[in-house]
Amino acid sequence: MDRLHTDREYENELTALREQVLLMGARVEEMITQALRSFEERDARLAEEAMAADCQVDQLELEIDEACLQILARRQPVASDLRFITTALKVVTDLERIGDLGVNVCERVIELGDAPPLDVATSISRMAEIAHSMLRDALDAFVARDVAKAEQVIMRDRRVDAYYARLFSELVSYMMKDPGVVQRATRLQSIGRYIERIADHATNLAEMVVFMVRGRDVRHPSVSGPQNDDQGPQPN
Amino acid sequence: MTLQTPFMAQRDIVASKESTRPASDDGRTASPAPSPGVAKMRSEELRAAFGSNEVLKGITLSIAERRVTAVIGPSGCGKSTFIRCLNRMHEVVPGAQVSGRVLLESQDIYGRGVDPVRVRRRVGMVFQKPNPFPNMTIRDNVLAGLRLNGLKTPNPEALAEKALRRAALWDEVKDSLGRAGSGLSGGQQQRLCIARSLALEPEVLLMDEPCSALDPIATARVEELIHDLCKNYTIVIVTHNMQQAARVADFTAFFYLGELIEYGRTDVIFTRPEKQKTEDYITGRFG
Repeated sequence: MDRLHTDREYENELTALREQVLLMGARVEEMITQALRSFEERDARLAEEAMAADCQVDQLELEIDEACLQILARRQPVASDLRFITTALKVVTDLERIGDLGVNVCERVIELGDAPPLDVATSISRMAEIAHSMLRDALDAFVARDVAKAEQVIMRDRRVDAYYARLFSELVSYMMKDPGVVQRATRLQSIGRYIERIADHATNLAEMVVFMVRGRDVRHPSVSGPQNDDQGPQPN
Repeated sequence: MTLQTPFMAQRDIVASKESTRPASDDGRTASPAPSPGVAKMRSEELRAAFGSNEVLKGITLSIAERRVTAVIGPSGCGKSTFIRCLNRMHEVVPGAQVSGRVLLESQDIYGRGVDPVRVRRRVGMVFQKPNPFPNMTIRDNVLAGLRLNGLKTPNPEALAEKALRRAALWDEVKDSLGRAGSGLSGGQQQRLCIARSLALEPEVLLMDEPCSALDPIATARVEELIHDLCKNYTIVIVTHNMQQAARVADFTAFFYLGELIEYGRTDVIFTRPEKQKTEDYITGRFG
């Protein structure tokens, strides 16, 4: 959108809202980077640091929700502005959940402590790498209004799901062979599940970017939503 | 006996409504989106001018039958001129010119030999400022259109009641039909003007910013009336108020500098318009 609103105050409100969403995205991305590093390095101190940032993320969610409500009430936005506001409302929910999942990863890392690792590092690192890149790319797509990038994020989710399925089956084998590893294995399985959920939320973000830019709802492709894509012909 | 929680009680009510709701062929619920259906009126390459000033530059637009079509656009875009061409009001202005065709069903209202007075009976108009005839009673205001057109009716009282009921005004004035029309509130006066148009049994009702002189409550009542009227009449409404267009219209046409920029379902125009000019106008990025 090159043109600015005639009402400068309205333009400023939308700009401020966009910046807040970006700030929240940045905080969450930072949290996940730290959480995943804390897992790789088994660094409990780093895990604690990452967890401490969650309250800032929660605070931003409240502020952004309030800002959206104010704009809806006072400005009655339409078209691209309406899609941006409704996207912001949904995006912050997903970001807040990603933050919580980061906290969950950190909690499991602290619980794992110094216990020797099981040989599932490959599956989890690959999952983490893809999920992390999905989150970053979804946020980039939001900033740049890049539908192609968002669509690529959506495509990558199935790879994370496949790695999680592999991880799960590897851990079950371990537990069956040696019940003594159950405590470690279940925590690793939880971490895997949290990373898989992070990828799902990143997918949600990407889907919302497509809606925000194109007005096309690409969620749940097997179900046809109430909207039609075109405006319909003139009457005969 | 299972204890019913408030949620369970509401859930059962919703579930029973869901089971009686009509579904489309594939099992999904029917879409509420209006289909354009048949055109009641259609302009073809309609051009209009005041002297040398061309105000409409070739408008081709269909008006869906028994639907509400809103015409929006900035001042000077030609929207009022457009609807005045739909009932041959444009030509009463000295120096006004018009070319192209305007079809009312299959008849070109600008065709040779067409009586503009008869056109204006079939295509009624309500103006921005409520204009009940001064010094006339409510009853006489409703029947004024018939009298001016030299039409007789066997039962004027019944006709007046029917028109006032259709305009959602009967209950408020039935005991004071002999009162002056100008003694009503602004919103009531506007509904009286609508009744006056309806008494002529038009097929199309043109409304040129019908609520811009009314307060929010009167506006809401007129909008509710529009919603009811479109079951029986084809309605075209010009409005500066985009939220009003979004509320009342099934279809919206955006005009700019005498051209039709975009036409479509109102819900689509206001959520994902195709044209950048439309997007800029409705989001307030003009100027």
